[in-house]
Amino acid sequence: MPKNCFEKVWQSHEVKKLWNGQSQLQIGLHLIHEVTSPQAFGMIRDRGLSVACPERTFATIDHIIPTKNLQLGYEDAMAEEMVKSLEQNCKEYNIKYFGPKSGSQGIVHVIGPELGLTQPGMTVACGDSHTSTHGAFGSIAFGIGTSQVRDVLASQTLALSKPKVRLIDIQGQLGKGVYAKDLILHIIAKLGVNGGIGYAYEYAGASIEALSMEERMTICNMSIEGGARVGYISPDQKTYEYIRGRPYAPKEADWARALEYWNSTATESSASFDDEVHFAASEIEPTVTWGINPGQSSGINGQVPELKDLEGSAKASLEEALSYMKLSPGQNLRGTKIEVAFIGSCTNGRLSDLQEVASQLDNHKVAAGIKALIVPGSMEVKRQAEALGLHEKFLEAGFEWREPGCSMCLAMNPDKLIGDQLCASSSNRNFKGRQGSSTGRTMLMSPLMVAAAAIKGEVADAREVFSL
Amino acid sequence: MNTAQKLPTGQIEHISGQALCLPGDDIDTDRIIPARFLKCITFSGLGQYAFYDERYDKAGQPLAHPLNDRPQASIIVAGANFGCGSSREHAPQALLYHGIRGILALSFAEIFAGNCNTLGIACLSLSFPDQQAIFAALTSNPAELIEIDIAAGTVTLGELQLQASIPQSMQGALLAGSWDPLQELLEAKDLVLEKGQTLPYWRSFQHN
Ligand code: SF4
Repeated sequence: MPKNCFEKVWQSHEVKKLWNGQSQLQIGLHLIHEVTSPQAFGMIRDRGLSVACPERTFATIDHIIPTKNLQLGYEDAMAEEMVKSLEQNCKEYNIKYFGPKSGSQGIVHVIGPELGLTQPGMTVACGDSHTSTHGAFGSIAFGIGTSQVRDVLASQTLALSKPKVRLIDIQGQLGKGVYAKDLILHIIAKLGVNGGIGYAYEYAGASIEALSMEERMTICNMSIEGGARVGYISPDQKTYEYIRGRPYAPKEADWARALEYWNSTATESSASFDDEVHFAASEIEPTVTWGINPGQSSGINGQVPELKDLEGSAKASLEEALSYMKLSPGQNLRGTKIEVAFIGSCTNGRLSDLQEVASQLDNHKVAAGIKALIVPGSMEVKRQAEALGLHEKFLEAGFEWREPGCSMCLAMNPDKLIGDQLCASSSNRNFKGRQGSSTGRTMLMSPLMVAAAAIKGEVADAREVFSL
Repeated sequence: MNTAQKLPTGQIEHISGQALCLPGDDIDTDRIIPARFLKCITFSGLGQYAFYDERYDKAGQPLAHPLNDRPQASIIVAGANFGCGSSREHAPQALLYHGIRGILALSFAEIFAGNCNTLGIACLSLSFPDQQAIFAALTSNPAELIEIDIAAGTVTLGELQLQASIPQSMQGALLAGSWDPLQELLEAKDLVLEKGQTLPYWRSFQHN
């Protein structure tokens, strides 16, 4: 029977069935960072265990790293202690660490693919829910909790229940000024923030095939916002071309062997799925969230929903969202005043995101009073962007250009909203308090839409602002 | 806040205690534990920060909040998609150290439920009418004890006896006391080595 990619990778990595019906799954690549790993190392130490496969674990720091001048060090003693603890653990257990001195530091989901660590047909785990990003390469990637980080460190395996697989087929092509970010926000709005619970999502169809690898990462990245822990795209020629030549990519004779394996893991035509949904790319507009979860969004020409048609818990949750966001029912999304603009994160902090924005900035300036910041996803993204002179365009237009890290995506470092500031953000979560202030407000959108909002000082249609 | 408390160990057949209601859907892990409290290298001090931004005002003064009003409660009753968002285990750990041992919700986010399982916090799903019935009962008698029977999957409070559902893997693990899977994973050490031989990429990352 023809199989999908998920089924094949799951099968080939299943070590055994556990007595409770779960599977013990072998993990090919384990990525760790400073926030969710120190406690896990503590747990293995407490139990007198060691790291089973240090050569398949890689570390970086991203969540709490300051994005202003690193030479100044950490203002925050606890942040510094977490970084020290990671460095110490890597040294003690012989784990490769990509810190700032390596020149390869960055957001864990940016550097995995960039270094060629993320490969098709591999299982990937990381103590971070956006691990689904790596699924863009046809790997099966799981976001895990800290006790599971402990499990992978100690055994190189995880105890997991096998999810069902839903095919998300998107036909047609995205219009001008419509990006992968809009596509995934649209999917989440349609299927709901919990629509994916119990599922792995396979994204496919003509519009997915047409996306670059970086755009595919944006799609898979936000699977978790739709409730799906795993999201992936079956590997194709584009996938292989992206990997070729990267530091950890297979070389010479290994390359041919790898290609053979990778091809064998691709979804076969007429493979069956537990569920299928279909979308038309042409329906999708630049999309903006107006609420406090990533499913509460609308096309740029849309309005905040009306309360009058709702009742019960749907009404209560809309009221809660609107009172937090300080928006009114029926209000146009266009024209909503913003105070902060943030371009970055593991969703949209890659080179192509920055190139797209830079290519439109000529003769535009960030509106007065708007704090606008651009944070590259990794040191490599930063180098490449600077080699192309993108940073000059950003600075000239009035954006700040920062050092790589998660930054204002979750604001564990000094980059935070103040009070109830409203931020147009290219990140992935608009939860209450997400960007560092317990009353701070977030509207999610594509990087170019963030740039348009920064220039206008209000939510605007990038297609008009930049005459696309 | 229960500081000197016993963490779950061994077989878990019943959970009983007072409950607190957290109505509303999609309560995410950023709300359960705001990101600034993720700066820690052990989990044990996190209980005091559970739902911090909703429990305290800017000056650190306690607000009216179910966790403040019922500090002794060990069971949460919640809405749909509870624990969505970030995979941070800090969220269930904060609840655990706050004293929470069971959660009844319309549904759970998957990573969160898995994390709870590993810590021995039982997660059971309720139907909407049953959740409403519990809310109503606790509104008239907030101190009413809830009793969760893991084997039967039932929830009892006062006159009410309700059927909840719990994934078989979680139910079996709690009952057998094997909710922490690590020991079983380690036992397969040889199988893991063999598996490595069959995966074409297993030897690919050699350190320079
Ligand atoms: S950029 Fe944001 S979502 Fe991505 S890993 Fe960092 S904090 Fe998590």
